[in-house]
Amino acid sequence: MAQIFPRSANSLAKVSVVGTVLLAGGLLATAYSIDRGHFNTNVGVALDQPVPFSHKHHVSDDGIDCRYCHTSVEVSAFAGIPATETCMSCHAQIWANAELLEPVRASFRSGRSIAWTRIHDLPDYVYFNHSIHVNKGIGCSTCHGRIDLMPLTFKVNTLNMNWCVECHREPEKYVRPRDQVFNMAYQPPPDQRDRGLKLVAEYKIQRLTDCQTCHR
Amino acid sequence: MSSLVQISKKLDLDAIRRRLDSSSAPAFWNSLEQVAGTDDFRQYVEDEFPERAMDWADPAKRRTFLKLMGASLALAGLTACTKQPPEAIVPYVRQPEEFVPGKPLYYATAMPAPGGANGILVESHLGRPTKIEGNPNHPGSLGAADARTLASLLDLYDPDRSQSVMRNGAFSSWVNFTAELSPVRDAHFERAGAGLRLLTKPILSPTLGRQMQQVLAALPQAKWHQWDPVRRPTSFNTIHHFESAEVIVSLDSDFLACGPGNNRHAHEFANKRRLIEGRSGTMNRLYVAEGTVTITGGMADHRLRMKAAEVAGFAAELARVVGANAPDAGLPANDSTRRMAGLIGKDLQSHRGTSLVIAGEYQPASVHALAHAINQALGNVGKTVDYSAPLEFQAGDTVDSLRQLVADMNSGQVETLIVVGCNPVYDGPADFGFLDAYKKVKLRIHLGVYNDETGAISNWHLPEAHYLESWSDTRAYDGTVTIQQPLIEPLYGGRTAHELLELLLTKAERSARDVVQEYWRGQPGTSDFNAFWQHALHDGVVPNTALPAGTAPSFSSAATTAAAPGPGAIEIMFRPDPAIWDGTFSNNAWLQEMSKPQNKMTWDNAIWISPATASRLGLTSEDEVELTYRGRRARGPIWITPGHADDAVTVHLGFGRVNAGHNGNGVGFNVYGLRTSDALWQGPGVELRKTGGKHGFATTQYTYTMEGRDPVKLMTLAEYTSKPEVEREAPPREMTLYPEYKYDGYKWGMAIDLNSCVGCQACTMACQSENNIPVVGKDQVSRGRHMNWLHVDRYYHGKLDDPELFFQPRPCMHCETAPCELVCPVGATVHSGDGLNQMVYNRCVGTRYCSNNCPYKVRRFNFYLYSDWYTKSLYGLRNPDVTVRSRGVMEKCTYCVQRIAEAKIESEKEDRKIRDGEVVTACAQACPTQAIVFGDLNDPNSKVALLKKQPRDYGLLEDLNTRPRTTYQARVRNPNPEIDRGA
Repeated sequence: MAQIFPRSANSLAKVSVVGTVLLAGGLLATAYSIDRGHFNTNVGVALDQPVPFSHKHHVSDDGIDCRYCHTSVEVSAFAGIPATETCMSCHAQIWANAELLEPVRASFRSGRSIAWTRIHDLPDYVYFNHSIHVNKGIGCSTCHGRIDLMPLTFKVNTLNMNWCVECHREPEKYVRPRDQVFNMAYQPPPDQRDRGLKLVAEYKIQRLTDCQTCHR
Repeated sequence: MSSLVQISKKLDLDAIRRRLDSSSAPAFWNSLEQVAGTDDFRQYVEDEFPERAMDWADPAKRRTFLKLMGASLALAGLTACTKQPPEAIVPYVRQPEEFVPGKPLYYATAMPAPGGANGILVESHLGRPTKIEGNPNHPGSLGAADARTLASLLDLYDPDRSQSVMRNGAFSSWVNFTAELSPVRDAHFERAGAGLRLLTKPILSPTLGRQMQQVLAALPQAKWHQWDPVRRPTSFNTIHHFESAEVIVSLDSDFLACGPGNNRHAHEFANKRRLIEGRSGTMNRLYVAEGTVTITGGMADHRLRMKAAEVAGFAAELARVVGANAPDAGLPANDSTRRMAGLIGKDLQSHRGTSLVIAGEYQPASVHALAHAINQALGNVGKTVDYSAPLEFQAGDTVDSLRQLVADMNSGQVETLIVVGCNPVYDGPADFGFLDAYKKVKLRIHLGVYNDETGAISNWHLPEAHYLESWSDTRAYDGTVTIQQPLIEPLYGGRTAHELLELLLTKAERSARDVVQEYWRGQPGTSDFNAFWQHALHDGVVPNTALPAGTAPSFSSAATTAAAPGPGAIEIMFRPDPAIWDGTFSNNAWLQEMSKPQNKMTWDNAIWISPATASRLGLTSEDEVELTYRGRRARGPIWITPGHADDAVTVHLGFGRVNAGHNGNGVGFNVYGLRTSDALWQGPGVELRKTGGKHGFATTQYTYTMEGRDPVKLMTLAEYTSKPEVEREAPPREMTLYPEYKYDGYKWGMAIDLNSCVGCQACTMACQSENNIPVVGKDQVSRGRHMNWLHVDRYYHGKLDDPELFFQPRPCMHCETAPCELVCPVGATVHSGDGLNQMVYNRCVGTRYCSNNCPYKVRRFNFYLYSDWYTKSLYGLRNPDVTVRSRGVMEKCTYCVQRIAEAKIESEKEDRKIRDGEVVTACAQACPTQAIVFGDLNDPNSKVALLKKQPRDYGLLEDLNTRPRTTYQARVRNPNPEIDRGA
């Protein structure tokens, strides 16, 4: 009886076994990279805003402190987005007729808020508190990057849980002196780990990895 | 549905009675079925969530099942693959000065209630009120809030609330209404108000009272009528001081749960019972004579079970014993009552000036006269009892007032009737025939929060602003005024009574705020008005507005001797429902699903009857019967209630609504149809006829039972004085396979003093509101799936006919060696560094192993999407600090971890430890008796640590070595030794 399968069937079988594994691996890798990539996380993506607000201009060129607009960052969970009135405190005088700022003026006239697109959007079951991080010596730029150099705002970190937990496990790698929190150009010193450990002790920073630290 | 285990209610009551009389009786029992030990009851209890798969009506074939499962497994992973939808941040245009984004603000206001308002603080997130708390400055609250007050928040967001002006059932507007009112008003003004009538509830608001005065002055021919189905008319106000009462006799008064000042009364009552170190051996003593079963009766050291009509006889006997000058009233007391009255009278006489006799809100004037006479004879007036002018503006007899109105409507004298905030078509006395009379009125105008039975047949229905949307003022039980401020603009364009009266008076559209301010500008002590106003709003009370104590009024000895019922005549008692009151809260799903303290029933009312009477009439629970009372009929189901007076039934008001809303319509049966003006509260001669029908109840008393263990520890004061230690069964610490945790930071724990807990359910409602707990509906409750994280268990102790009642709140125990944690395959329930047993919703896959392994049965599972994700108006209700759970996850008490986290963050910013009392769980905060105390066990001086050091402290099921963080302090009773000996 003639063989049903030709010799080449052997290689075909081998190739398909290996191929299936590779394909499955490839699919997983693709799924992973989509999940972690900027398509999904929006890292590095400047989302559309009603006004193309430039942090670079306001922070670097004008030298405005973070807290001028983000007023509640030291006291509340929410850092605060400036009211239209805050924008108008300057823009009633400067660029008072610029077309780009029309949505701001419209908001001020009509009393209707500007709806900004959220860049840093945590899932609803995550309860993040700005004030405690700032008070414990975590700088703005640690999470938000060099926002002072961004003409349009985008996020630089995924805000995935493993990213959060990295610091919650080893805060000494990221903590800085309290007076440097709002310094956007702060560079960690070469002996960050030693200095960090000292700051961790001084600020009584705990390694909080209990689930209910963030999930309630 | 078909396969759901139905617990048979065909019980052999005689066998149960014999069992409870025997030596093998269980010490604590929570249902008759448990004592009987029927097979179906065992089956029900053994299955933790009875009948898991019964929701599929048709039996799924194995193949279909596999197909379904295959598809859902394949899709299960993909559901996580949605990209996060973009969200907007919407800042203010002009940010208010005092506002910090992300932090709630608290405003003081008050919830008006018949007999005195409850002072509250309302938590507001970005302008949305999300939680009601008691106002510590308010004399009627002292920081606590009762269940109805807490649940009233849900009404604000209720989508069934009246949303539009209606003209003869069609949508209209305020503009149309004012246009149409204007000529009618002018016509009435030309005739000095002839033909115009107003009907309101008794007016607690000084401003509204003044407005009414102005209306009546401008329109002398107009008449004002008042009606409230549950407020007892009084010509003076009685204020009771439980803080100085050693011996209390309640004549059918449920002073801990309802009636004026209940929070204050519970607070003071519990303070006099608290056994703390250095104060042992002193405790007040409570005697309660009552017909129905109340939580006040549950707290009694001696409870005298008698018909409501017999209370008068008992009171008269008591008056005779203490030598009070008292009219003869009611049924003569029988021998045993006479003997008890003698002993109680003796106890009262040895506590002259430190005793207190309080008559029930639902007892006739003669019993009140007796109570006043006894208090006077005992020298209690000025010490434990004070009298003042009535709370209400021109308080009068509401029944006569409504009767007059109905008569005038029938004789055609009423052309225009404005009904403000009442619903007499539903809750008026049956003999008045309000509905027919009302139809004869030419122009019927109704202002109400709901478009209810009265609104539905009015020419104009106007939406009334909810009290959280209104400017007004209102008095507490002692007269103290709170200026009510709105938390939010009216959601549905509602207006207040002030605005309506102003429209009538001046045709001007003035805001209620202006009207209230104008009134207060004219009051003494407001020369610096702005400062006065700011202070009054901030504190939630207007200083020095409590009504001054006056001399005792003379009591008319209007001893209307109750008609003596013949032997075997059955008495009917009408009482407001423990949850939904007189129908005001019929559409409130939180209250509808709150298990009533006495019988743990939800979503229903029933005819309560004693076991002996049920046996005699051949009735059992769930039997539908027809009640015939004075020729009027109603149908309702029976519930056998141990402790109820024999030859009497209790029915509860507020059910059987037709225009309440989606939640309230058709729930229970309406008993207003039996209630006549001469027997508003009780009367003899009701007949019960079995119809053969059955009605299924959803009661939670079967679920999560403790299966014969004794969860409540009990001792008498004498036993406590000689040996205060309770027996504890905790095995040695090392007898465990669990890892030893170290708690070097905080160590959270809770102590619940069963001696203070009165079972009022305020904690349950506070928890529901704070933690976004959904309601599940009657069908799901009957399957044991109600979601309340905190349950108040009710236990009976003793004989079938007259058992004692015990209450035990049961939150998560937060075991140090928690059985739930080890069995979770996905680590969704884990131990925290401070000993919290954490529940992580986003990890939970719904195996329910944890719940299966929890010996306390405190875990709740979302079998369906119980949280309403789709009703827009409910979005505002939710606490933003707590996740709204989805289908398929387990949840349970977290010790209000969001409050712990907030306090922890605030303390660390100030570089200090959390102070004792800084973290208060929602349940502890609401508790009127401070039975629940929460705090850090690592702080040896914290209140909770001190409580746990008491010898009365014990844990539930300690023999399992779970080391529960929630522990209880044993209940101590203070019986009269003379009575105990004689019994």
